[in-house]
Amino acid sequence: MSEQTLTQVPARRSSRLKNALDSDLIYSLRKSPLTMVAAVVTLVLVLSAVFAPWIAPQNPYDPSSLSIMDSFYPPAWEADGDPRFLLGTDDQGRGLLSTILYGMRTSLAVGFASVIFAMVLGVTLGLVAGYFGGKTDSIIMRIADVQLTFPAILIALLIDGVARGLAGSHAYDEIVFGVLILSIGLSFWVQYARTVRGSVIVEANKEYVLAARLIGLGPITIMFRHVLPNVLGPVLVIATINLALAIITEATLSFLGVGAPLTQPSLGTLIRVGNDFLFSGEWWITIFPGVTLAVLALAVNLLGDWLRDALNPKLR
Amino acid sequence: MLAFTIRRLFQAAGVLLVVALFSFVMFRFVGDPINQMVGVDTSPAERAQLRQDLGLNDQIIVQFARFVGNAVQFNFGISYQMKQPVAQLIASRFPATAELSLVSALFALLIGVPMGVYTGLYRDTLLSRLFMAISLAGISLPTFLIGILLIFVFSVHLGWLPSFGRGDTVQIGGFWTTGFLTKSGLLSLILPSITLGLFQMTLIMRLVRGEMLEVLRTDFIKFARARGLSRRAINFGHALKNTLIPVITITGLQLGSIIAFAIITETVFQWPGMGLLFLQAVQNVDIPIMAAYLLLIAFLFTVINFIVDLLYVAVDPRIRLGGSPA
Amino acid sequence: MGRKIAGARSLRAAIIAATAMTASVTGATAQEENTLRFAFQGTLNALDPYSLNETFTLGMLGNVYEGLTKRDEDLEIIPGLAESWEMLEPLHWRFHLREDVTFANGNPFTADDVIFSAERVRAENSDMKTRIPADSEWVKVDDHTVDVKLQTPNPILIAEWDTWYIMDKEWSEENGLTNPISARDTNPGEAAYMANGTGPFQIDSHEPGVKTIYTVNEDWWGEVEHNLDQVVFTPIASDATRVAALLSGDVDLIEPVPVQDISRVDSNPDTDVLTGPELRVIHLGFNQIRDELPTSDVEGENPFRDARVRKAFYQAINIDAIKTRVMRDLATPVPLLIANELFADSGEFERWPYDPDAAKELLAEAGYPDGFTVGMDCPNDRYVNDEAICQAVVSMLAGIGVNIDLNAQPKAQYFAKVLAPGGYDTDFFLLGWTPSSFDSWNVLTNLATCRDESGAGGPFNLGGYCNEEVDALAKDIVVETDIEKRDAMIKQAYEILTSETSHIPLHQQSLAWGKRSNVDIVQRSDNQVLFYWAQVH
Repeated sequence: MSEQTLTQVPARRSSRLKNALDSDLIYSLRKSPLTMVAAVVTLVLVLSAVFAPWIAPQNPYDPSSLSIMDSFYPPAWEADGDPRFLLGTDDQGRGLLSTILYGMRTSLAVGFASVIFAMVLGVTLGLVAGYFGGKTDSIIMRIADVQLTFPAILIALLIDGVARGLAGSHAYDEIVFGVLILSIGLSFWVQYARTVRGSVIVEANKEYVLAARLIGLGPITIMFRHVLPNVLGPVLVIATINLALAIITEATLSFLGVGAPLTQPSLGTLIRVGNDFLFSGEWWITIFPGVTLAVLALAVNLLGDWLRDALNPKLR
Repeated sequence: MLAFTIRRLFQAAGVLLVVALFSFVMFRFVGDPINQMVGVDTSPAERAQLRQDLGLNDQIIVQFARFVGNAVQFNFGISYQMKQPVAQLIASRFPATAELSLVSALFALLIGVPMGVYTGLYRDTLLSRLFMAISLAGISLPTFLIGILLIFVFSVHLGWLPSFGRGDTVQIGGFWTTGFLTKSGLLSLILPSITLGLFQMTLIMRLVRGEMLEVLRTDFIKFARARGLSRRAINFGHALKNTLIPVITITGLQLGSIIAFAIITETVFQWPGMGLLFLQAVQNVDIPIMAAYLLLIAFLFTVINFIVDLLYVAVDPRIRLGGSPA
Repeated sequence: MGRKIAGARSLRAAIIAATAMTASVTGATAQEENTLRFAFQGTLNALDPYSLNETFTLGMLGNVYEGLTKRDEDLEIIPGLAESWEMLEPLHWRFHLREDVTFANGNPFTADDVIFSAERVRAENSDMKTRIPADSEWVKVDDHTVDVKLQTPNPILIAEWDTWYIMDKEWSEENGLTNPISARDTNPGEAAYMANGTGPFQIDSHEPGVKTIYTVNEDWWGEVEHNLDQVVFTPIASDATRVAALLSGDVDLIEPVPVQDISRVDSNPDTDVLTGPELRVIHLGFNQIRDELPTSDVEGENPFRDARVRKAFYQAINIDAIKTRVMRDLATPVPLLIANELFADSGEFERWPYDPDAAKELLAEAGYPDGFTVGMDCPNDRYVNDEAICQAVVSMLAGIGVNIDLNAQPKAQYFAKVLAPGGYDTDFFLLGWTPSSFDSWNVLTNLATCRDESGAGGPFNLGGYCNEEVDALAKDIVVETDIEKRDAMIKQAYEILTSETSHIPLHQQSLAWGKRSNVDIVQRSDNQVLFYWAQVH
């Protein structure tokens, strides 16, 4: 999360943040044991996702390593379990532990990429609209209105349909993740833009901005140096929620049939598949990915909450 | 104010036209409607004829012009699948979605705002932490899974609440059906509206809490304290009031997404609303329904946006109507 | 049940009445009412019986409408609205109609209605044109006798007439239904939602995609075998919700039960599962018409034109694993493209054995010792566990070195791609087929006769398999009236298909209906849900 925040802040501000990282941030992290736990959990999950190919016992994306006869093993500690599959296997004979590790990799990649995409786009457009106002504002906010009319799932269906039409369905498999990032990211940017714009309009009328303008500072400087820091709070809340939300939206899209393909499942795809086995007693197929997703989202949200308080100068 | 309103109305019309274009163009790419209209035995020649008759071979721009012309007269054509006028279908499904969304939004607001205020004021109490934990659970699981788990527990296991549908409905006037007036209708509303509202509730609660925390630390609250105002007056008269701007924005935006996200809840609970209609239409490539649904959602969102903008002005007079500080 | 009531007071009365009604059911008073609440995964749309040639719709309408013939519980043809019929000459059939039959609106059923229906089913917008030969001539002899004159002999003329429903001429004309409802009608009005048949039930109200209520046709001519007063049909698309609705007692009958939930539904004391083989056969097909496969890394040739490659694929597939693991034993592996029940000599055929080593050898002989890559198209919401079957096939083929790019899509997109309108754009695919006439000729002509690029020929022969011998046999089979000779020719055709591995037949999937234990209903293997055999206790 902190790298992500850094990318949002222009160069001149980074020295201040660096100081904060050196002292205040670490101090406030130490102060909250819950946040420490969340940070450790997030780190462990992210690292195990990144290094999944090296630590997973199986490669679930390699069909030749799978056998359908291995399907539906319960977790290893249950009576019918198989020691090769610690968390049991799914309907295709994939070990759930390996599949979850690979799936988390997919989910996190889609989540991070779409949030960063949405944030950069939304914050920039929000700042520009709020600061310049007039025609610029009208145009950007009307685009936002159009965008808003299509919530995440509708946008995804739209982009998915167009991409399928343009790429043909076989080539489509190769661009499906790009499509996911684009559609989830596009559905989120308006939230940033509107929130930032609303705050900017309020901030822009304040004395300090007028003063900055009077002493001859350019609009870019004013926007990034004086206005942006004051609207970062809400942006961070949204970004936090959005990271977890992006992962969940991807899951929902797979429920509607336009998410990550079954042969390269994300956590959401795994939950959706496992869903079919909830009534039949094969609970592990949905519960383990579900718990992983929930823990990941929880940890990220806790980190976000803490970061919000820690980075906000007014709260010190 | 009048000029502002009129200008926004024109802009809204432009927005709708663009949406119409998008939705129309997009659905020319999804599947083939002909396959959905005929059985498997129908010959290629007959299919080609039907394609010709439906105007699917005309130029896209011609098809679009035809579409807009009809849409202005509320004529969205006839559903390929259901062979019924789309306007009539949507009208008959609208009350179900509207009631579900309304109850969900109320649930989200009435639970979310007080929880947010409480956790903002007393951020370190045990109850606050519990609320935060609940709220995190609400955004850490996908909607469809929450819905299925609720059905599993409350319908299958405990047998308390219906597992699907609207229950018995009562007809009011010529066109509205309501589930509010029967016992089974009310019972049927509980699980779907919790499923649909949970996420929004969480969002509102976190937002209110965040804003409260921030406002409580501002100078003017400190001044208010210094002036010796009562805690109650400060918390509600000053602090809560000042958290309202982002809350209004987000809640307004969320109201629209409640209606859109109803697609998932309606699918899980077989709730006979517009979202279910839309998803069935997507599965069956029923272009007239899809296009009309998107336009309707666009229309509702535009209206909501418009109201949010007006409220913005009303709540914070510092925002000039032109939106430009220069 | 859209009750119209005026205010809150009468509302309370209504609730009390409703509660009283439930109580009276358990109390078994004279006013007892038997309602069957049925949920299916798809929707029932227009009620015009000629608008959609689809099993479920035809089944639901079969409770209301009747054909000249019907089929009994074992799918044997029995008299319907025609009491008897005879073939006077190979090109001349005579049908004697049942007397004293009325439509639900009270109109008498006569020869005029049959002639009208014969015209209507062949009219422009009909989706049921294949039910009767286009060039047949229909003549009214008297009010209850109809003659049919054919241009070519047709031994299976009446095979599909159980779903060619007879409509009332007078009523249809009054309601503007002279022609079938077409999608391009700007406003078909209420007519598309009305039904007026001769059958045991009538439709009381119909909201497509929401709810359909059937009531009993008190004047039905036949012997009543059910004890129902009302049927309420609701579509429930989500598998989990449908199962939950049955388990929680909100519905009495669901179709289908997902295979993995069968044991759960069966082990519940209040619910049971009815299973039986369905007539649909799931198969895999190869593109043999293209010179080069666009999704394959093999350049300059089409590996599927080599029968050894096709047989290698066949022998690489462990059908028992698919049966036990993917289908949980609710599938019957078959050696032919037709269900075992539908071809008398099917017992003389056997599947090629599962043998990955032999498969590898065959691939090597064909010049692909290291396998190759090819794309596969698969629907994911059409057949039972279709996508899971495809995934299993992918990993089994990986075992012989063949790398499959799986493209699993919803049926709308899938069919748009692989059928004629999409230019048969597939190299390797999974498809299911039920012969609507329950006869082999339908299978051969649709799936295995040569076709050209536009689909002229075998329209559902997606891969374009072509063997002139099979084509010639199919042409002879359709006009051969001697059953033994005909069966011998059919057998010969199947032998060619098997020896050349034209397709890979997989299995007949099974029907799985879930019901409350107090419901009895007949499950017919064509999967039509017919309420007139239902009992609620």
